[in-house]
Amino acid sequence: MPIFFLQERRLANILTPATALGKKKPFLVYLIRDRWLYFLLIPGVLYFLVFKYAPMWGLIIAFQDYSPFKGFLKSNWVGLRNFYDFFINPDFLRLLRNTLVMSALNLLFFFPMPIILALMLNELRNFLFKRTVQTIIYIPHFISMVIVYSITYVILSIMGGPVNGLMIKLFGHPIDFLASEAWFRPLILIQLIWKETGWGTIIFLAALAGVDVELYEAAIVDGAGRLRRLIHITLPSIMSTIVVLLILRIGYVLDNGFEQIFLMTNALNHSVADVFDTYVYEVGLRLGAFSYSTAIGMFKAVVGLILIWSTNFLAKKAGQSGIM
Amino acid sequence: MKLKFLKNNSPLGVAFDLFNVLFLATYSLLAILPFFYVIAGSFATTYEFRTRPFFIVPQTFTAASYIYILKSARLLQSIYISVIRTVLGTLTNMFFTVTMAYPLARKSLKGRSLILNLVVFTMFFSGGMIPTFLVVRSVGLLDKIGALILPGAISAWNLIVIKNFFQELPPGLEEAARMDGCNDMRTLWHIVLPLSMPVVATFSLFYAVGHWNAFFDALIYMQSMSKWPLQLILRQMITVAQGALGDAAMIDASYGTLPEDGVKMAVIVVSTVPILMIYPLLQKHFTKGVLVGAIKG
Repeated sequence: MPIFFLQERRLANILTPATALGKKKPFLVYLIRDRWLYFLLIPGVLYFLVFKYAPMWGLIIAFQDYSPFKGFLKSNWVGLRNFYDFFINPDFLRLLRNTLVMSALNLLFFFPMPIILALMLNELRNFLFKRTVQTIIYIPHFISMVIVYSITYVILSIMGGPVNGLMIKLFGHPIDFLASEAWFRPLILIQLIWKETGWGTIIFLAALAGVDVELYEAAIVDGAGRLRRLIHITLPSIMSTIVVLLILRIGYVLDNGFEQIFLMTNALNHSVADVFDTYVYEVGLRLGAFSYSTAIGMFKAVVGLILIWSTNFLAKKAGQSGIM
Repeated sequence: MKLKFLKNNSPLGVAFDLFNVLFLATYSLLAILPFFYVIAGSFATTYEFRTRPFFIVPQTFTAASYIYILKSARLLQSIYISVIRTVLGTLTNMFFTVTMAYPLARKSLKGRSLILNLVVFTMFFSGGMIPTFLVVRSVGLLDKIGALILPGAISAWNLIVIKNFFQELPPGLEEAARMDGCNDMRTLWHIVLPLSMPVVATFSLFYAVGHWNAFFDALIYMQSMSKWPLQLILRQMITVAQGALGDAAMIDASYGTLPEDGVKMAVIVVSTVPILMIYPLLQKHFTKGVLVGAIKG
């Protein structure tokens, strides 16, 4: 094709109104048409750029020996040194173990709780009683972690707490739960179960409410007792919800309630308590090792993203819509 | 229904029902018992705490702990900060979230899916604590109330749920408004928002609870203790009283002596009561809020 011909067509495209050619309109046309919508987008987009994307760009200090005086651009580059330093640090394995142990305990002891509670609520026949129980067990979800921590403290205090009052009467000596390595994980689990079990039932109760009543009626006609109806109708109907939540929970295996662990950590239990996020706070903000702690945070965020992506993919394979 | 219930009534079934009701009643009791203990304890005398003749409910009642709070400039100041942060923060949240959600609900908007993808990505990946801290510091927010409000101005999750809600509104309404010469901004303000009041109320409540309960952002962004919200002061009171196991360097000299147990409980009550007060309102909406988010669009 002769070269002038091509140029002629380009020229025609520019001169002719896009609509007349049935082609894509230039962006400017839309910009003018939806100018108020774009205007409304400004604060939100600015927010995401400044407070979400600028920090992502700030991750480059993980590859630097960041100095506040030199700034982002002029600090010395050190490549992967910060990451290397972290991986050979014995703290790395300790943090990884604490995180995984906590997540495993969480999966084992906390995860089944909302399912069991939802099934029990589902068996209630008195509507008013069911509503009352539901109203009460959702409350702890809205209570702040600081209050949960504070209540734990006043109840378990060795000076005047009711639990240790009982301990002294029964065994003759108090137990300092809050300063104990052995009690740290059980306490975290108890707090979590107390705070979130009730709230966790919502999603299962919604799934249970969607079960066709005719299924139960047919089962009754066929002579199935309550146990058999539970096994053959109720459980299968929430199974997909359980599977998806389980898979997603594995995606968040590196996240185990930062605020909660942060609050419950102290000098006497920190060897079993420290997780990546609390370590980043300690090393980064309190000791000022910005680059090193950013590398740790970045390692966790990247592994977390890969885990979430792959588990979400699995959840979709499991026949569910997933989260993305 | 009644007939069906009788028909399936084996002795084992009755036993199970009995157990079920008892278990759930006990569980509900355990869920709120800590609150009762703390409320009762906040009225107990120091003498009773020391001698401990009571388990849950004290024998003599005093309002001394609450009088202490009313006299403590630091606690009153922190309550003031918490209230300001909750009110200003929630208004900011709703402004940023609604103005962004409305354009994104319009499927014909060019660049919409790009922006949505960028928003969703922030739900799974973030710069993390230190880079965010450096950004907050470099925009000059450190030690200012804005540090508690702006860095969390939009929750990506809430944004998407509100956007989905706007998308469900009948498109005819907006078209009619446009015919009458309304531009998109006036349509949002005069047509869409009045129709969305239940959603606006729900998410305002969610944001408000989040602000009232937050403490960690104040811990890292607010250096002067006079700007700390109630939750952080409460944490400080408990941590310090715990024999300074935590950050001993931050012991507040102005307490003089360590706060008494009754005072701690009274502060717990003061920081819990607002949540319990709006709980009935919350409850009306949250199931919807939780589930509506599951709809994708």
